Amino acid sequence: MQTIYMDNNATTKVDPEVLGEMMPYFTDLYGNPSSMHRFGGQIGAKMVEARKRVADLLGCEPDEIIFTACGTESDNTAIRSALSARPDKKHIVTSRVEHPAILSLCKHLEKREGYAVTYLSVDESGNVDLEEFRKSLRDDTAIVSVMWANNETGVIFPVEEMATICRERDIIFHTDAVQAVGKVAIDLRKTPIDMLSLSGHKLHAPKGIGALFVRKRLPYRPFLIGGHQERGRRAGTENTAGVIGLGKACELAGQHIEDENTRVKALRDRLENGLLDIIPHARLNGDRQNRLPNTTNISFGYIEGEAILLMLDQLGICASSGSACTSGSLEPSHVLRAMGVPYNFAHGSIRFSLSRYNTEEEVDFIIENLPKVIETLRKLSPFSAEGDDGSSCTTPRSTE
Amino acid sequence: MWEYTDLVKDHFLNPRNAGTMDDADGIGEVGSLACGDALKLYLKIDDNGIIQDAKFQTFGCASAIASSSALTELLKGKSVEEAQKLTNKDIADYLGGLPREKMHCSVMGQEALEQALKNYRGEAGTVAEHQHEGELICECFGLMDEEILRAIKENDLKTVEDVTNFTKAGGGCGKCIPDLENLLAQAHGEKAACSVPEASAPPAAGLTNMQRMHLIEQVIDEEIRPMLQKDGGNIELVDVDRTDVYVRLLGMCAGCPSSQATLTGLVEAQLREKVDPEISIKEG
Repeated sequence: MQTIYMDNNATTKVDPEVLGEMMPYFTDLYGNPSSMHRFGGQIGAKMVEARKRVADLLGCEPDEIIFTACGTESDNTAIRSALSARPDKKHIVTSRVEHPAILSLCKHLEKREGYAVTYLSVDESGNVDLEEFRKSLRDDTAIVSVMWANNETGVIFPVEEMATICRERDIIFHTDAVQAVGKVAIDLRKTPIDMLSLSGHKLHAPKGIGALFVRKRLPYRPFLIGGHQERGRRAGTENTAGVIGLGKACELAGQHIEDENTRVKALRDRLENGLLDIIPHARLNGDRQNRLPNTTNISFGYIEGEAILLMLDQLGICASSGSACTSGSLEPSHVLRAMGVPYNFAHGSIRFSLSRYNTEEEVDFIIENLPKVIETLRKLSPFSAEGDDGSSCTTPRSTE
Repeated sequence: MWEYTDLVKDHFLNPRNAGTMDDADGIGEVGSLACGDALKLYLKIDDNGIIQDAKFQTFGCASAIASSSALTELLKGKSVEEAQKLTNKDIADYLGGLPREKMHCSVMGQEALEQALKNYRGEAGTVAEHQHEGELICECFGLMDEEILRAIKENDLKTVEDVTNFTKAGGGCGKCIPDLENLLAQAHGEKAACSVPEASAPPAAGLTNMQRMHLIEQVIDEEIRPMLQKDGGNIELVDVDRTDVYVRLLGMCAGCPSSQATLTGLVEAQLREKVDPEISIKEG
């Protein structure tokens, strides 16, 4: 059975060219770049190249890049650094639809460390309101952290405008761009974004490597304190093979960004339109225009997401769901709930996230087979479109 | 991905007895779209009280569908008396077990069966109504104290997490977690914090050390911390040693000249009133 992988917002396949550049650094060139001997020192030159490749993709200077272990570390470092640099300021602004790397940290800071956090709401298309954002800023706002693109819906936030507003108010602006890098054009020289997080495994580098852009002269406090690696900004022996892989992946991402926005986008649209045309009681979650070219999030009413995923899995199709049952939580996706998606649809959401490796044949296979899965599960379900609309529960439900 | 047994997978992918029944003698409906899972169970029962046929319709995840399928297989051929004794544990066991987080799917099967038998006996309609079955504990999932207590006792549940896994109670906004702790204490024969049988007894009387610590945490989280946060401060619970409660002031409160007054006038006073008058606050 073939595997059709359309869960690229979760993780991606390591590009063979990326792996090829990494391999010698696992085998022959295993030295520690901090060592005094030439055997270790020779790796430094390759790391310089990798840092430049990452900087080129982002439109920044190589010494503005700090290598980390993952997007979560980059996010935590950015926020903690900003708060440490401005100890007199006790307010944070973020959005209700951030990744847990931001949301869980903000909730921790709010509950355990005395910070006030404003969580920006989103409308039914998943967009933030710039006027609400302006009003949320306070004299004691230390940092604004808003994602560039949402991982579940792909909706793109106006981070450049938000960063401009922050610059006017002397507020540090960070964006979690884990989903955006390699999919949307980024030129940090032309924006006032202060910090940006990215993760290697979302753009065909391996897991375990990430990066944080920190604009020159921005006050910075390291999260990991120890040795002098990364010029004292992130202690710990470098994941040299990972760094080199990330550098190559960023170079390739720059080369493929047009393909991402044309061919991959066309495949995504073919899949999305094919499913929405055939399957009744299906709806798109998120802004149809303003979103990543590779992501589509569709809800199928009156059935549950985990059941859909497991039936797709039987067909070799890999996707993901905002269904509560996939996470062990009892509430469906916080992103879909923040958008006001009714429960009958929120429980049955499926996200397909494509990559440059996906083909038209794969898309057509899903269009051919998914409707049968939906039909099978709907036949099992006691609900139908004519019955309960899902907006009410037979039991009382508290409001959030 | 959940670790489902082969039987769970088989009953999910090849559900037995799925569908409706036009001439059912008993129907039980539980759950809803909003709650994320629902089951409608149909029973055909002959004049001798033997279940001749059972069918189901389920909205839910793989384990909800598999539990429904297993339930119908378990029921066919049983007498009503035998069926009444069926528990969620029987359903889970039939499937070779369910992930602990999914045990509520088996409880849904048991509840649908009870409703269908009530409906068969003419004691109730098809849809489970909660209004007359005690006090509403979990607003998010509409769960009453009696059904939670029963799940605790029948499955020997020890923690709030267990209660959530088996009943869903506490899995939404979390406001009912203190009530669930009380029900756990009640089910295990201990005095619940809110039951206060003696007028003079402090709220923490009869609580285990763990429950007492949870109550202290709850008062700090719900009563004290919000007041401190208004002034840009915060508080961290460091340790509890009998009546000595060690805390650390954070944020603006940490360097405040009035921090001692905050500790005694606010933190200690609140904990003495809401937990135990013997409590003494110390900086940890």
